[in-house]
Amino acid sequence: MAQPSAAHSSPPRQPSVKVILTSADVQRVVDRIAHQILEKTQGAADTVLLGIPTRGAPLARRLAARISAFEGVAVPVGVLDITLYRDDLRRNATRAVGPTQLPAGGIDGQRVVLVDDVLFSGRTVRAALDALGDLGRPASVQLAVLVDRGHRQLPIRADYVGKNIPTALAENVKVTLAETDGTDEVRLYGGTLP
Amino acid sequence: MIRHLLSGADLDADTATQILDTAAEMAAVAGREIKKLPALRGRTVVNLFYEDSTRTRISFEAAAKRLSADVINFSAKGSSVAKGESLKDTALTLQAMGADAVVVRHAASGAPHRLADWVDGSVINAGDGTHEHPTQALLDAYTMRSRLGRLAGLSVVVVGDVLHSRVARSNVLLLSTLGAKVTLVGPPTLIPVDIAAALASGTDVCYDLDAVLPSADVVMMLRVQRERMNDSYFPSAREYARRYGLDGARMRRMPGHAIVMHPGPMNRGMEITPEVADSPRSTIVEQVANGVSVRMAVLYLLLGGNNR
Repeated sequence: MAQPSAAHSSPPRQPSVKVILTSADVQRVVDRIAHQILEKTQGAADTVLLGIPTRGAPLARRLAARISAFEGVAVPVGVLDITLYRDDLRRNATRAVGPTQLPAGGIDGQRVVLVDDVLFSGRTVRAALDALGDLGRPASVQLAVLVDRGHRQLPIRADYVGKNIPTALAENVKVTLAETDGTDEVRLYGGTLP
Repeated sequence: MIRHLLSGADLDADTATQILDTAAEMAAVAGREIKKLPALRGRTVVNLFYEDSTRTRISFEAAAKRLSADVINFSAKGSSVAKGESLKDTALTLQAMGADAVVVRHAASGAPHRLADWVDGSVINAGDGTHEHPTQALLDAYTMRSRLGRLAGLSVVVVGDVLHSRVARSNVLLLSTLGAKVTLVGPPTLIPVDIAAALASGTDVCYDLDAVLPSADVVMMLRVQRERMNDSYFPSAREYARRYGLDGARMRRMPGHAIVMHPGPMNRGMEITPEVADSPRSTIVEQVANGVSVRMAVLYLLLGGNNR
């Protein structure tokens, strides 16, 4: 039946916000990925973690710290900026270029684990693979993400996934980390924007 | 982001700092196995050089190629310019060829400004007459920042033929924007009256090189243009060298951290002695290497997005 007339004058609906991972969840998930990396790489020898800015960089450092805490292995950590390899550069205003810092030993012959916060279309990972190819020749490349939200546009999958979140395209996944945003949290913003 | 780079005054402090920061990332590419980035794939950069130049043209060419742009070199010699084609007609030809950027060097001050009205792409001034050379100023600022760690508060002494120097003009404008203090030094015949105030407030003029050396962080020597030597701006080359040339004795009166710069090409024995040019304080070779990184940054920031 028809809504009461009062509904017409009510404010537009706010987008729904749902907390997917709390701060404690994020820590547990990072711990699990660190264990999985150790397991799958048999002790993380000859392994390098490369974080993709912005939030992949602190995640990579955390993973390295946890791996070191669990097994006493010092895994080299770096940052891989993919701005200049994006496929949408000329569709947007010029993007600022971030720093790329490779570990002193480089990536030649190493097992590189790319680290990012959210895996979505896969285009960022494609750009990262292109960038890696210009920086050296890793023995193999793996991918670790905190959240996989689906909707891939390229044939790319992650080797380590913190949490799979089924989403609608219109929804938005937002990861915040203590290093960049003050708190650890993963939120899902609903697709019902007014 | 700005669309053209015609003058050191086109850049505010934020934009200039962004170019220098981007250049620092571009510099890392030079140390890689594959010195190439895909950022400007499919873009066309035309080097339009009406005056002879080696290092600037090669530097722009290397910068554009490292960003994967297509480069067309156009020099006035052997082109239809030699047959009398006007700048405007040349511009329309470039426009028809779909140039995304035109890097122009011209003997006439202001030529790049006119060109900017005629083409849709970005225009980058690579030296116009006795007017400006903004990418040289950017690479000088980049070199100072990487050697001395900062620009704000630096005391920069620019020595020589300020009257005819586009390098000096662009440097005064850019360095003042970035907080450095510039002192222009040279014979009174080669420093236009009131130029300091006209370019940027806070700029000083001094006719005595020895008076300013002890407090300088940077001493930038300008090339004495040989064609000027016969124009009676100074009595003789030897007298110029004695009063305004930088030799070892003068260099030792500079503070221990101070650096010596020169935009090149040098007249060894005239404005700078070989002892100074080849000393560890000299940044002359670094300036050339930094030129490529800075020009990559400028090309990327002007052409990388949909800024048009």
